[in-house]
Amino acid sequence: MATGTEPTSTEPHPTGGGVRGRTRAAIAAPHLRTDRWWLAPAVTTAGLLAFIVYSTWRAFANADYYAAPYVSPFYSPCLAHNCVPMRGGPDWELFGGWWGLSPALLILIFPLGFRLTCYYYRKAYYRGFWASPPACAVAEPHKKYSGETRFPLVLQNIHRYFFYAAVLVACVLTYDTVLSFRDARGAWGHMGLGTLVFLVNIALIWTYTLSCHSCRHIVGGRLKHFSRHPVRYRLWGWVGKLNSRHMLLAWSSLVSVALADFYVYLVASGVFDDPRFF
Amino acid sequence: MSVVERQQWDVVVIGAGGAGLRAAIEARENGARTAVICKSLFGKAHTVMAEGGIAAAMGNVNSGDNWQVHFRDTMRGGKFLNQWRMAELHAKEAPDRVWELETWGALFDRTKDGRISQRNFGGHEYPRLAHVGDRTGLELIRTLQQKVVALQQEDHAESGDHEANLKVFQECTVTRVLTGDDGRVRGVFCYERESGRFFVIEAPSVVLATGGIGKSFKVTSNSWEYTGDGHALALLAGAPLLNMEFVQFHPTGMVWPPSVKGILVTESVRGDGGVLRNSDGKRFMFDYVPDVFKEKYAESEDEGDRWYDDPDHNRRPPELLPRDEVARAINAEVKAGRGSPHGGVFLDVSTRMPADVIRRRLPSMYHQFKELADVDITAEAMEVGPTCHYVMGGVAVDSDSAAARGVPGLFAAGEVAGGMHGSNRLGGNSLSDLLVFGRRAGLHAARYAAESPADDRPTVTDEQIDTASAEALRPFSAEAETRSEEPGTAPENPYTLHQELQQTMNDLVGIIRREGEMEEALRKLADLRVRARRAGVEGHRQFNPGWHLALDLRNMLLVSECIARAALERTESRGGHTREDRPGMDRSWRRVNLLCRLRESGAGVAAADPARGQIRLERDTPEPIRPDLLALFEKEELVKYLSEEELFD
Amino acid sequence: MSTYEARFKVWRGDQDGGGLKDFRVEVNDGEVVLDIIHRLQSTQAPDLAVRWNCKAGKCGSCSAEINGRPRLMCMTRMSVFGRDDTITVTPLRTFPVVRDLVTDVGFNYAKAREVPAFVPPRDVGPGEYRMMQEDVDRPQEFRKCIECFLCQDTCHVVRDHEENKTAFAGPRFLMRVAELDMHPLDAAADSGLDRKTAAQEEHGLGYCNITKCCTEVCPEGIRITDNALIPMKERAADRKYDPLVWLGSKIRRRSSS
Repeated sequence: MATGTEPTSTEPHPTGGGVRGRTRAAIAAPHLRTDRWWLAPAVTTAGLLAFIVYSTWRAFANADYYAAPYVSPFYSPCLAHNCVPMRGGPDWELFGGWWGLSPALLILIFPLGFRLTCYYYRKAYYRGFWASPPACAVAEPHKKYSGETRFPLVLQNIHRYFFYAAVLVACVLTYDTVLSFRDARGAWGHMGLGTLVFLVNIALIWTYTLSCHSCRHIVGGRLKHFSRHPVRYRLWGWVGKLNSRHMLLAWSSLVSVALADFYVYLVASGVFDDPRFF
Repeated sequence: MSVVERQQWDVVVIGAGGAGLRAAIEARENGARTAVICKSLFGKAHTVMAEGGIAAAMGNVNSGDNWQVHFRDTMRGGKFLNQWRMAELHAKEAPDRVWELETWGALFDRTKDGRISQRNFGGHEYPRLAHVGDRTGLELIRTLQQKVVALQQEDHAESGDHEANLKVFQECTVTRVLTGDDGRVRGVFCYERESGRFFVIEAPSVVLATGGIGKSFKVTSNSWEYTGDGHALALLAGAPLLNMEFVQFHPTGMVWPPSVKGILVTESVRGDGGVLRNSDGKRFMFDYVPDVFKEKYAESEDEGDRWYDDPDHNRRPPELLPRDEVARAINAEVKAGRGSPHGGVFLDVSTRMPADVIRRRLPSMYHQFKELADVDITAEAMEVGPTCHYVMGGVAVDSDSAAARGVPGLFAAGEVAGGMHGSNRLGGNSLSDLLVFGRRAGLHAARYAAESPADDRPTVTDEQIDTASAEALRPFSAEAETRSEEPGTAPENPYTLHQELQQTMNDLVGIIRREGEMEEALRKLADLRVRARRAGVEGHRQFNPGWHLALDLRNMLLVSECIARAALERTESRGGHTREDRPGMDRSWRRVNLLCRLRESGAGVAAADPARGQIRLERDTPEPIRPDLLALFEKEELVKYLSEEELFD
Repeated sequence: MSTYEARFKVWRGDQDGGGLKDFRVEVNDGEVVLDIIHRLQSTQAPDLAVRWNCKAGKCGSCSAEINGRPRLMCMTRMSVFGRDDTITVTPLRTFPVVRDLVTDVGFNYAKAREVPAFVPPRDVGPGEYRMMQEDVDRPQEFRKCIECFLCQDTCHVVRDHEENKTAFAGPRFLMRVAELDMHPLDAAADSGLDRKTAAQEEHGLGYCNITKCCTEVCPEGIRITDNALIPMKERAADRKYDPLVWLGSKIRRRSSS
């Protein structure tokens, strides 16, 4: 068209996929973000890795997980024959004697599965470990992407079953917390620093578990008409409030469960005695 | 000359805002193959900016409401200059138009019993505005957009082509409505913004739904699209414009920061309890209640405050007077030196409602002030001032069919059509206007098209196309032409011309008008017309905003001249036309409609003589108001508006 | 009123290529990025292509990427940048570029057509619709969407994988499915359309890996992931991965037919 100047082309078109595709604006850089976008995924990855290392060591250790009246949340309920006897505690020998490994492994699959399929943790590890994407508008390094449409990631859809299991586990941990109001000989009406640690932990476990997106769906989210189910609407509202803090609860309960276990480890391995309040 | 693509459709709708989409839906549902042409992307039309609501006398909140009351309010708001038949149809049909939206998926805010909630608004006697928070326009446009898509899905299921019967030409601009020697519409000439390519759509019916003219003013709530395209297209096609002097200045636009000056602050802020204060902290609106409204508005702050909870036993606060009154009052306060630091007045909700209620009821206002001005409206007062918002004048149309006068096949609906709102529009009456008359325009356009068999339609001539192309391409050759015509004169920058035009209209034909200033405005417009002939652009035709603006300038200059000429002619103050030198409303002017027409020789040629210009005025006497409608008013009230002869007829 | 000169880099070009152009331009108090782009247009680059309409964050036209982040130019205040920063403005990088800051967003309009429209209930006439506020609250949040398509732009599913554009509707239109599924009077189910299953099978809900960038960029603050996408995933799970629900619906369907 002889109606004016043609646009000047200063940069040849990069060839590649995604943002460097043929039809997209010709910009070679995979992203132009100038802020510290890498900080969040780096911190997430570091946090999760630290927990993985710690929990793997503790889960396989098969030792120092009971110091009456406290049982480590990693080992509760303790379902194998090789569990340390816990007076009135959650050592229910459902698996018999053939199980030779750490009893923690039997029970940890459930909270692990719950957290692994949790909508928040998914975001965290997809971003942190898979870089899919590493941050918003930062190109991901993968050639192909099928998301959660295929095996194994399609299994993320079973999150709600892990939620049900997590509720049961939380009930057991609540039972443990109640038991922590005994002293080492089983007499009621006592409280130590451990009891406090357990109380904080169980509160965080419950709020995290109930703030789950599946829970929000089950209590009310799946309804079409809230107006016909006033009670469930209320519950949905409460869960919704918790749900908006799901990330915060996910991290704080992760830390608190590790701390509770670590506390039991310290007491059980004799590093120090549980300070008693009364 | 280059070959320009031609397409044949039954109905062309120009504009994809509320009126355009409603018209397109109606035309398509009546069997017409319908093309919609819009300057922006589909769903971005200026209708999204409408905040308050859709006025419709459904009586959901106050069962005393009905069409008669709505009609009365509309006539009063328009100071009886309304085309009364339009006001009647509007009041009667608005509820159906709103309910229909629900069947297309709209989700309005609800009353306790599950009906559509309605809110109070300036000039409306009862709570009447169906709304969705303060984003009603968005809901309206999205609903219509999704209805269009639904119809396209139906067509796809039937024919395999989504666009078989209803197509949206996004980001295209019409520069000419083409008519035959018989004056009938033959089609439209357009360019596609993206490629700069020209094309012609041949169609017997064209619906103008292009909205308003606000971009001719400096301080405006309108978006860039509001360049008066439909007004100018109608003029150029031979149709007259009606009462163009009436321009509504919304009382509350943002005044700071400068880059957002003019952006609207919804009237719902006042409808929900916000009050106006001057720098002395005084609620000054109590001093500005005009005589015709004295009995309807509270005299004390206490009474006004009680009204929000008990509207049956108290009168409404004067902050809810019609927009023209409030805008003038703010203007007067600022002039008297009682304005806010940035030249407005204070609009305060922070002392009137708890913070969470404000955030819930006025979410987008909260957002807008927070993001754009760094003002937390739950904690401090907003600064507001008048902003050019709406033009009551527009294409003169037949009330029932929305057909433009004098050009068979041309229709107009929405803001581009005149008459409905008289001299001043009530808030909320715009969205209902779009729906009621958009539907009517679509219906009658489809019927008109059906009368002309598809295989026997007059076509657009090559000569017409060549003329239109040459006109559209002129800015690219401005430089060469300028050199050959008058050596030494440089081509003009369209952006500079536009800014000067806006400043001229704002300063000289703004909210308060004076004879001398309007005469000066006409001189300046003549000068701008001459310079606009030299408007040149760089670059090429592909998505070139400078070129688009150069083409829009023609429309803005035409419309601005209409406004200035009509405003100079009307020697009274009424509604959206306030003259300092003629302060009172003159009953004899009620029977005068001013029609603007293009001067015969002026088409496309800039007339440099300011006294002559491109526009000539005609006086037109409206049809007398039907007696049964007059009977809805008290005699004492009619005396204030109607002339002696009308009263005794 | 204070004024300074800012450094800008603006991408100029078209399908054939292009690059970042340097500009120095005046900035005044209270301005937003779009003001600066307009100043460039009226003083230095009259043919600089940019889309915009309302300039108040209500129409969603002026989407672009500013310093690499998808944003509305009209809602990005200059005061968030340092005076010495160079501000880079590019077109959306997920859609084909047309010219300068304008991209071809046709993908989104094509996807909009793929979502079956609202189905009005057969036995309820206009004016008879009764809906409770608590029931319309949820879909109303999604109807705040201004269709700026920033969520579509930032979503890595299509941003980084052109080939997924056929299968994946993107956050905006998955949210539209959610909106209709949560509409208290939508009668799609009566017409044999299950929006929950369709979300996964027709609109590619499974591609979403809930990394929440759509929510992060939404200028309307809609909680797209938490309130629309995840609930839709759960609703799809009801249909496809929950044997109890599946069995229940089978039995109910059999008994009702």
